[in-house]
Amino acid sequence: MASAEEIARAADRRDIRDRWLLSAPALVIIFVAAIGPLFVMLAYSFMVKGDYGDVKFGTFSLDGWTSVLFQRDIFDDTLGLADAHLTILWRSVSLSFYTTVLTLIFGFPTAYFIATRPPQARDVWIFLVTIPFWTNLLIRTFAMQQVIRNEGLINTALISLGIVDRPIQIMNTDTAIMLGMIYVYLPLMVLPLYASMEKLDFRLVEAGYDLYASRWQVLRRIILPLVKPGVIAGSILVFIPSLGAYVIPRVLGGGKNMMLGNLIELQFGSGRNWPLGAAISITLMALVMIALLFYVRNVSRSEAGHG
Amino acid sequence: MPEQPQRNAIEVRDVRKVFGAGEHAVVALDTVSVSIRENEFFTLLGPSGCGKTTLLRLIAGFDYPSAGAILLHGQDIAPLPPFKRPVNTVFQSYALFPHMTVAGNIAFGLEMLGKPKDEVKARVAEMLRLVRMEQLAGRRTSQISGGQQQRVALARALAPQPKVLLLDEPLSALDYKLRKDMQIELKRLQGETGITFIFVTHDQEEALTMSDRIAVMSAGRILQVGAPREIYDRPAQRFVADFIGESNFLKAEVTGASAGRATVRLASGTKIPASLPDGFSPSGSATIVVRPEHAQIGPDDPGAALHGTVENVVYLGTDTHFHLRLDDGSTFIVRRQNSRGGAGEDFAQGSRVGVLLGMDAAQVLKD
Repeated sequence: MASAEEIARAADRRDIRDRWLLSAPALVIIFVAAIGPLFVMLAYSFMVKGDYGDVKFGTFSLDGWTSVLFQRDIFDDTLGLADAHLTILWRSVSLSFYTTVLTLIFGFPTAYFIATRPPQARDVWIFLVTIPFWTNLLIRTFAMQQVIRNEGLINTALISLGIVDRPIQIMNTDTAIMLGMIYVYLPLMVLPLYASMEKLDFRLVEAGYDLYASRWQVLRRIILPLVKPGVIAGSILVFIPSLGAYVIPRVLGGGKNMMLGNLIELQFGSGRNWPLGAAISITLMALVMIALLFYVRNVSRSEAGHG
Repeated sequence: MPEQPQRNAIEVRDVRKVFGAGEHAVVALDTVSVSIRENEFFTLLGPSGCGKTTLLRLIAGFDYPSAGAILLHGQDIAPLPPFKRPVNTVFQSYALFPHMTVAGNIAFGLEMLGKPKDEVKARVAEMLRLVRMEQLAGRRTSQISGGQQQRVALARALAPQPKVLLLDEPLSALDYKLRKDMQIELKRLQGETGITFIFVTHDQEEALTMSDRIAVMSAGRILQVGAPREIYDRPAQRFVADFIGESNFLKAEVTGASAGRATVRLASGTKIPASLPDGFSPSGSATIVVRPEHAQIGPDDPGAALHGTVENVVYLGTDTHFHLRLDDGSTFIVRRQNSRGGAGEDFAQGSRVGVLLGMDAAQVLKD
């Protein structure tokens, strides 16, 4: 006869086994497809670059890392700041920041509008918001190009209306990249915002009005604090892919206005500097992590402030 | 009682509210007029869907009337947004701000009115004392019990010293004991603050206990307005009599009426006196209502107003209900107060009995 204790222990064992079995597929993918390659990248960044790409295994060099920020002068071999890399880094961070802020400004009223519709209408609106996801990113980006190029929708309209006599140069500028990113990433802002607004108890909004709060005060003192999780999730979902954007700057920014994603691609491609490419990749990841940490700390501090 | 216009806190004049349009239009309020006096505990009583909450929301400003006017101290407030009305609401769900403390909730209205910091602080302390919540000022609203949340909601709505306080079924989420306590608490608060309370409920007992006056509503209309005693003893319509308390309805023939009194002939042929609703002069057949405790059960004498058989005797502790089948086939309930040592003759199931109706037991209904 098994004692009650033994039965309990067997049940525990079974629980633990089931837990591992169920999480195994996800764990395999995470280790094989995400963490593994990350270590490969980390190793590559400390190796000497091969002459035709690749790396020389078994070598060690910090060149990959130093060339993230510095470049060796071809004449006297001294180290100077790599201006081009810094420009690209700054462009990536600032464009991603503006994109996040602007998608928030456009996304917030949109999400609020949808969340205040009757339930069936909400589904229709959310469906409309997600339609662009059905199309490949590349195609969406080319579509944006048709809108903003010199012979495109905007310029044709402006010229035929007589507002401008020469097309406004939007293509191949930072503005073009930002417009593209706003267009592509807006749904990623709207969806989490909507998710938290849908849970918002609108009777609290009524209570706010009842207690003499104007529309602006209700927004600032009641709605914003309560949908903050949505604002944070949306901002993260927009900022991170913006920082690593590749297709959008490539198509809309022309060859010159590169972002980090393009710089990395360059090193693994025609630049034939895999250690540098690997080092920039890890830098990008670090940037994202720093941004996240900053965000999370900021949030927990303001949460504590209420208590 | 002399009706002077300036004594009215709220005057609702011919207000209609229609939700939706075309064939989907729903008439929530059908030309409602009512005056609520200053410093009055006024209750809107009715079943769900009768329009009582709609009327409250129109006064609060969350909805706007389709037609008619709402006057606060003689001034039409119907077009004003809620944040410009000196009226506050205690919500059924309390609607406390979850991201603020108890004190933060109470301070909110005062802050929005732009009151100076010291004044806000003093007033919040005063309110916390009023609802006996001083100890919990720093708690989050999720960390306090339902009864405490109720008090915070009250304090929050009273803090800005509104002209009128609106209460939307505020006690419905509390358990029985707590509800009883809060009923007394609400009456005390109303007395101490001197603010006009408009209270919405579907609970007739709550309405009778707390109100100075009650408006009984059904299907978007106000059927009768009056003091609790008036509503209970002199219901004007069948719905009012049926909704509040227990009632026996009898078919009768009006044989004479004058000065609020009538003589009616029952189906049994007996003539009894009955009172009439205000300004109503009936003729021909009518329905009369008799409350179970206003009738007496007795032996089957020829002098009794009604005759029947006891179908059921229900002992309820404080009193006993006799369910009778009258000779014309209708049912009739008589309630008798119990006392130790017997309250009188026992009438067993199946025995023949008579029902005695006093001079003021019966009331003629308008419908």
